[in-house]
Amino acid sequence: MAITTGTAPKPSRKRTAAKSALLGWGPPLTVAAVLVAVAYVGNAMLGKRAFLLPAPHDVIAKLWDPTSAPDIWLAMWRTTVVSLTGLTLAITIGVLWAIAMHQTRWMERALFPYAVMLQAIPILAITPLIGFWFGYDFTARVVVCVIIALFPMVSNTLFGLQSVDRGMRELFQLQGAPRSTVLSKLEMPAALPAIFAGMRISAGLSVVGAIVGEFFFQRGTPGIGSLINKYSARLLSEELFASVLVASLLGVVIFLIFGWIGKRAVGKWYDFG
Amino acid sequence: MTTTPPTAAPPTGRAELLGFKNVEMTFPDGTVALQGVDLSVKRGEFVTVVGPSGCGKSTLLRIASGLESASTGSVHLATDRIGYVFQDATLLPWRTTRRNVELLAELHGESKARCAQSAQEAIDLVGLSGFEDHLPRQLSGGMKMRASLARSLTLDPEVFLFDEPFGALDEITRERLNDELIRLFDEKQFAALFITHSVSEAVYLSTRVIVMSGRPGTLVGEYDVPFDMPRDPEIRFTREFAELVGEISHALREAH
Repeated sequence: MAITTGTAPKPSRKRTAAKSALLGWGPPLTVAAVLVAVAYVGNAMLGKRAFLLPAPHDVIAKLWDPTSAPDIWLAMWRTTVVSLTGLTLAITIGVLWAIAMHQTRWMERALFPYAVMLQAIPILAITPLIGFWFGYDFTARVVVCVIIALFPMVSNTLFGLQSVDRGMRELFQLQGAPRSTVLSKLEMPAALPAIFAGMRISAGLSVVGAIVGEFFFQRGTPGIGSLINKYSARLLSEELFASVLVASLLGVVIFLIFGWIGKRAVGKWYDFG
Repeated sequence: MTTTPPTAAPPTGRAELLGFKNVEMTFPDGTVALQGVDLSVKRGEFVTVVGPSGCGKSTLLRIASGLESASTGSVHLATDRIGYVFQDATLLPWRTTRRNVELLAELHGESKARCAQSAQEAIDLVGLSGFEDHLPRQLSGGMKMRASLARSLTLDPEVFLFDEPFGALDEITRERLNDELIRLFDEKQFAALFITHSVSEAVYLSTRVIVMSGRPGTLVGEYDVPFDMPRDPEIRFTREFAELVGEISHALREAH
């Protein structure tokens, strides 16, 4: 018997599953542990100025502490609403913008520079303007959010639409398919992986946009950005860190949700990272 | 270039379905791809063009199908039912085999029921039954080509254009698909124009083999293939077959 591929693989497969879980979660958890340790060490070493780097358990405690927790969680909800509203608008506008640019060469020439410009705008420089135009409330926050989250949607959708294989285009051309059919049956489905990849990037950016917006537009229910502004002004470092933590968590959760949606939508035929 | 609109030619007999008259193709960069091409393919004829790569063989099909227009000369097409099988299977990766095969009928605005029916027939015909709900990525190279072939078959083409469809397949798969193609041809009696760089594939499939020279592409030799249709796979190992393959290969080498 030269070939013996009997029952050996089974336990080893189990081991590799455990191993891959370890490889997947091990490194980031190690980094987290190191960061927490650094925070404790720093906190201990700073002595009187320990408020600059509060102890992690004190930060976490603020998320339950009845004096700060209701504010933080309400603000988190507000920020979620702003970023999801902004993200929805960014996705809609971005996809339509890209489709418009994809129609003719001159449309692309005419519109692409402005997409780039939008991304290059120093958002802080135009926040006063946005305030003038849209008030200092919800709308203005959403506008900041859209401006920050829009570009990846435009560029990714355009890239996706243009990535269609030439042979497939000709297949449709040979049947005399009109442009609208080529768009709906060929280009849009082909662009979906790129669109979902764009959504994932924009999702993270929409949280950034919402927080920047709240930081400047303080009218109405405070969001995390508003709280960060308030806490930093009052040197409430534990609450400040707790707010930052919650904001990051929101960004990660939205990123993961959109990654999951992308995988559900196109994972069957496309290896969606 | 003028493309004659489909005329009401009698469906029987050896009518010319595809004709090239003095076709010349010069690309914008000045490359002459085709020169003085005269070629006629009749119903029930399987014509294969062999030639060195880059000689303009594919351009011939692109002109016949209307994807490109000839610089001078004319192309005559007696039907609008044209099948075109590309080098790649060009299946839409998000559609299952069934939905891919339905595509062309769908683009022609056929009803859902008709699309489904013609697709199922074509799938059965190419031997893909049981793989209707597979996505392209779950199919082997040979199965993808079968699906691509089935997709063209739903149009019930009278003129069938093949652009090196089996070039990327292994030899066993290629031979099997050659046999399937011959069976389809024998049954449907379409007019086929097939492009390949494999001389033995050309001889095995065709009723007529045409040798093309490279740059500019001109037709330099024509060989009638005397074997009966449908082909007996064993003819591949006969002396007559080998001699014809040898003769065409020599002509091809001189043309290069």
